[in-house]
Amino acid sequence: MKEPMLLEVRNLKVYFRNDEGLELRAVDGVSFTVPPGKTVALVGESGCGKSVTALAILRLVEANGRIAGGEVLFEGRNLLALSEREMQRVRGKEIAIIFQEPSAALNPVYTVGEQIVEAILLHQSVSREKARALAEEMLHLVGIPEPRKRLNEYPHELSGGMKQRAMIAMALSCRPKLLIADEPTTSLDVTIQAQILELLRELQRQIGMAILLITHDLGIVADMADEVVVMYAGKVVERGTKYDIFKRCRHPYTLGLLRSVPRLDVDENALASIPGFVPDPLHFPEGCRFRGRCFLEDETCATEPPEVALGNGHVVYCHHAALSEVCHGER
Amino acid sequence: MREETRKALRRLFSNASGVLGVVLLGLFVIVALFAPLLAPPKPGRDPYFMPVVTWSADPLPPSREHPFGVAGKRDIFYGVVWGTRTAFRIGILVTLASTAIGLFVGSLAGYFGRILDEILMRVTDIFMAIPFLVAAMVLTTVLGTGLDKVMIALIVFSWMYPARLIRGNILQVKEEQFILAAKSLGVSDTLIILRHVLPNAIFPVLIQASMRMGSLVITAAALSFLGLGAPQGYADWGALLNYARNWMLGGYGATFKYWYMIAFPGGAMVLFVLAWNLLGDALRDAFDPRLRW
Repeated sequence: MKEPMLLEVRNLKVYFRNDEGLELRAVDGVSFTVPPGKTVALVGESGCGKSVTALAILRLVEANGRIAGGEVLFEGRNLLALSEREMQRVRGKEIAIIFQEPSAALNPVYTVGEQIVEAILLHQSVSREKARALAEEMLHLVGIPEPRKRLNEYPHELSGGMKQRAMIAMALSCRPKLLIADEPTTSLDVTIQAQILELLRELQRQIGMAILLITHDLGIVADMADEVVVMYAGKVVERGTKYDIFKRCRHPYTLGLLRSVPRLDVDENALASIPGFVPDPLHFPEGCRFRGRCFLEDETCATEPPEVALGNGHVVYCHHAALSEVCHGER
Repeated sequence: MREETRKALRRLFSNASGVLGVVLLGLFVIVALFAPLLAPPKPGRDPYFMPVVTWSADPLPPSREHPFGVAGKRDIFYGVVWGTRTAFRIGILVTLASTAIGLFVGSLAGYFGRILDEILMRVTDIFMAIPFLVAAMVLTTVLGTGLDKVMIALIVFSWMYPARLIRGNILQVKEEQFILAAKSLGVSDTLIILRHVLPNAIFPVLIQASMRMGSLVITAAALSFLGLGAPQGYADWGALLNYARNWMLGGYGATFKYWYMIAFPGGAMVLFVLAWNLLGDALRDAFDPRLRW
């Protein structure tokens, strides 16, 4: 049953320091795994630390942040212990990332072709001509029409969806084993979103890579993910297979998240929402960070919630994991 | 890429002021190249020194033999022609050297930031706080006078401007997501600076450089005018103006009597600066892909 993991994040901590010198624990002890060839969705509200987690895996946290602890094991190697030079060989070649805003992620002064060729030449010892041919092939693969012509165009000459395809082509040009997709479709309109997701799924099948999909859109999660990791305020609150999360979730936050998705099949007047606000990251509550918004809260929640394993990789961090099951009847 | 260059050149030449700049500059280049034909030097003499053509210290107005007149016993036309070479040499060498130093310092400060930035920028501030002319005078007394010393002084006191400009631009560019994207593809710091940050940050510096090219020539002329620059008799526009120092106010009731002493070398200088400024503007419009829509 126990398969070797492609990526294993253990107790990862990323702290930022603000101008007043206060420590902001953006990611505080996050653990999850990504099996090879599978799609794992990292879900949570804005500011819950999911993008920071993604950047920390590649060790690209901004200057005012630091990785304060934990391990990022990629095929058994701890990426946090590698030298910067070794890390550069991992980035792009083993793990690639695509970002939310494709127009910002392409360098405006180079043609699309030049940028893809650069990515290829970085990690593969091929001639420039061969790299160009590969780049053309990649553009074709991601469904860009007239790839030869597009190679010579500048990013501003492409549409948003086209740019995201070009980004994907660049990220996948060295056939990484893991693709981190940080809200890859958030800035695109709905029809393009569906096309890009379809493309990612198709490429995943062809290349056999795993995808770590970062999103706040549960529709995309339901569509794409094999496994789901739910984050709240810098911590993982629950993780499990898609089925476990959508049908048998145990954490009150996950439940709230699922309930707040508008449904067409149920006659509702008001959209359900979680009461209260995400806590200020400088002053997270002691113990369970969902305190103050949770309908199951009692005095035990002031202590760190335990890890409750429910079998088949379904894990929830809650004092009331046994109790919360009851609440599912409502849905 | 070749097609790109052709497109950029077409854009450059569809811009009237750009064309004017190129034409003016072309004229100066021609004058500099064909100086030995336009104003043949005396055989066996250093052509960069203006030959003495008269024994009278008084300036002579333009005539058939001396089309621009005579100043300080020397032919102004000869001085203006050979001075073009001096102007190019000063402009190009000083601009290249100061821009290179500025780019180096500014990129390090901007890209790596923190303590390195703090140190380099304070050094820059110190250099900026020193009044240029005074510093140049002190430097030339230490180093001795001469054109090369003037150039050294100019380089030492002009690298700060490109350094500051590039630093500011880099601070802006390095926050862009495509830098993060490049890092995430495994590009090294050196390559990120050279291939991703600089090309996005360098255009204002190049434009500033081409404009500085002109103004440096003015500064060098100012030093020559003060007698700190080119040695006596050296073909240099500033040195020519230096000869006009005692005659500038003209004679009784004839303010503009000696106009030719200022008009020709001064005119050459104005056109030279103008040419570089026009070219700088046009180059930006033509080559910066971000301004293309």
